[in-house]
Amino acid sequence: MEMLWFWLVSVMVAIYSVMDGFDFGAGILHLFVAKTNEERRQVLGAIGPLWDGNEVWLLAGGGAMFLAFPRTLAAGFSGFYLAMFMVVWTLIIRGISIEYRSHVQDELWRAFWDRGFAFASILMPILLGAALANVIRGVPLDKSGYFNIPLFTDFGTGNPVGILDWFTVLIGVFVLVTIAAHGALFLAWKTDGPVHDRSRALAKPLWAGVVGLWVAATIATRTVSPEIYDHFAGSFLAWLFFVVYVAGLATVFYGILKERFLLAFLGSGAFIIGILATTAACVWPVMLKSTLNPGWSLTAQNASVGSHGLATGLVWWIIGFPIAVGYVALLFKIHRGKVKAAAEGEGY
Amino acid sequence: MGDPLFWHRLQFGFTAAFHYLYPQLTMGLALLIVVFKTLGKSPGNERYQDLARFWIRVFGINFATGVVTGIPMEFQFGTNWARFSHFSGGVIGQTLGMEGMFAFFLESSFLGLLIWSEKKIGPKLHYLAAWALFIGSWLSGYFIVATDAFMQHPIGYTIATSAENIRTLQVESFWSFLLNPWALAQYFHNMMGAAVTGSFFVTAVGAYWALKGIHTEHARATLRVGVIAGLLTSLIVAFPSGDHQGKMVAKYQPVSLAAMEGRFQSGTYAELNFIGQPNVAEQKLDNPIKMPGALSFIAYGSFSSNVKGLNEFPQDQWPTNIELLYYSFHIMVGLGTIFIGIMGLSVLLLWKERLEHTRPLLWVLMLAFPFPFIANTAGWMVAELGRQPWLIYGLMRTSEGSSEMVHAGQTIFTSLGFAGLYVVLWFLSAFLILREISHGPAKEATTNHTN
Repeated sequence: MEMLWFWLVSVMVAIYSVMDGFDFGAGILHLFVAKTNEERRQVLGAIGPLWDGNEVWLLAGGGAMFLAFPRTLAAGFSGFYLAMFMVVWTLIIRGISIEYRSHVQDELWRAFWDRGFAFASILMPILLGAALANVIRGVPLDKSGYFNIPLFTDFGTGNPVGILDWFTVLIGVFVLVTIAAHGALFLAWKTDGPVHDRSRALAKPLWAGVVGLWVAATIATRTVSPEIYDHFAGSFLAWLFFVVYVAGLATVFYGILKERFLLAFLGSGAFIIGILATTAACVWPVMLKSTLNPGWSLTAQNASVGSHGLATGLVWWIIGFPIAVGYVALLFKIHRGKVKAAAEGEGY
Repeated sequence: MGDPLFWHRLQFGFTAAFHYLYPQLTMGLALLIVVFKTLGKSPGNERYQDLARFWIRVFGINFATGVVTGIPMEFQFGTNWARFSHFSGGVIGQTLGMEGMFAFFLESSFLGLLIWSEKKIGPKLHYLAAWALFIGSWLSGYFIVATDAFMQHPIGYTIATSAENIRTLQVESFWSFLLNPWALAQYFHNMMGAAVTGSFFVTAVGAYWALKGIHTEHARATLRVGVIAGLLTSLIVAFPSGDHQGKMVAKYQPVSLAAMEGRFQSGTYAELNFIGQPNVAEQKLDNPIKMPGALSFIAYGSFSSNVKGLNEFPQDQWPTNIELLYYSFHIMVGLGTIFIGIMGLSVLLLWKERLEHTRPLLWVLMLAFPFPFIANTAGWMVAELGRQPWLIYGLMRTSEGSSEMVHAGQTIFTSLGFAGLYVVLWFLSAFLILREISHGPAKEATTNHTN
């Protein structure tokens, strides 16, 4: 049961990364791929009806963690205190930048929100990447099961560590470029005209960057947290997801070459889900690694809420999950096809 | 002031109170949008469709602000209240998880369709979208109230002790936790409070148009719906829902009731104090204006019942801020009474077909809209201050729930950050909503004709 919930939480985080990932990707790129007001509104039209639902995956994933592993949530959120608030504030800025922008027809008003949207979209993947890297590197969890670290110390990976060090920043940049590349494929798929052309042109160099950073991130992880690869060799699931993400990466390049951007976008989604799931399979059952004493790490077993609570949650989760997926399918069906900028006052 | 607990409490209280300015209007408007759209289905009632479109635009701005200010709350459980989250996640994680799964996905999926896609999806699906937002936002309200109800009156749980001797709560009976009688009472009362906010807000705009003599037809329709809804919800929020909530407090939190009423000594024929200033040091109420026996009747249904005073409880069980609790309660009740008066008079004049021409009352209606926000905020302050010194009633004290590892420097930093960010957010959302109101309903109607 603990293992099942470990994977349910991981799946929801992975879905969040893919779904909100293309929103952030569009936000990272929109200042470059969309130059005029009309083009910016085309980008916003593509993600506008979807972003709020995509963000719910983060809340639902957090809710699943709260329900199943409250101890991990309590330790992680209070331990990464300042970074968590940066995430929260970034989400606030992103949300209102999309929602407030087109209500007022004024150049300066819109320029301000366009930059707010870009700023938040760039910062968020770096923070999420750094968070993931902190989980891989480990944190100074003490005997009480809690820790608290500053945003940064000396940027080294040894104690006293900060949330940002050379390793976590590297992973943050890897995630940033990956999310930007993911967004480029989404925009190439969902738009036409100049926005499509520019996104398509950016896709290739961005994905080349992803490959380069992927190699760098793999080597860095090997240095910082070598035991991950020991688990990898013996884990069937890790190999399975490794195949998923390599196949996803291959699909991305095939799709770009053949100009089939939906296919490439799906490949990109498989890459993101696969790499996160491989990581989850490698760290299992550890959810938060202690750098002070391996016995103080929080695992799916010692942080679990107990089998009755997990079984209770599973009942409604099984009902709720297909409904949520159904909404997403309905939205994609209603908003299928290439997106045009809405008339003034009638859309994002 | 360097006490981290003080700042954790201040931050959560401030961010929650600020956040709730938006959802209460969201939930109130969601109901009225369904009403407008339903009325607009009859032929010859197109002005109600115009009004639905107009309010949907206001709703969109308000909803977005509610979403972005709601996210911090979810995070703060873990960041600022780690020991509480660890202790109680086995129970309240269920409702918080269900809120995301069953309410947030529903709301967020249909929001864009409701606001921007009427032409694209057609009237039927658009009507469905209005219902989806109503159901989603009211469901969301239930999960949050059920979570709070567990903190007020915990039931349906067991206490488990781990191998490392850590005590945590686990859900034992899911249904008794989810259908906590406290939750049902509090939900009914809370949702009616939100509907009062929505009704007064809508009415204020109708009164503004009527006073300016613009959008005459729309003003008449708005006022009609607004004051009828306003009277019904103002009445229900007091009786039966407020009355029922009060009896719950009397039964399960008698010490809170004593503090809410500034009642320091026990006694029969307990008086209801309309006004007065609690003097905690001398344990008495200064300058009371009171009605003998009324509190006994309200709490226990008989004028002669004994209502316990604070003197019957050990001081370490007393709410920690008796004065603020007392004033919050009296502001809520006082405003609620005034709402019934204003809306009762308005409905009377509506019935006599004189409401549109009674300018002094229109002025009152136009300017009254902030007060339900105050009453709702005060109501939540009663609930949360009344729960003190407990975080989970009888199970965990507030001082035991915060994040021990987080020092005051961190939480003051983030509290100041929220203060700055929310001041900006408030101005921006108020600016955008006022702008929509000044455009009026006609714009949508014309756009619709040309398309």
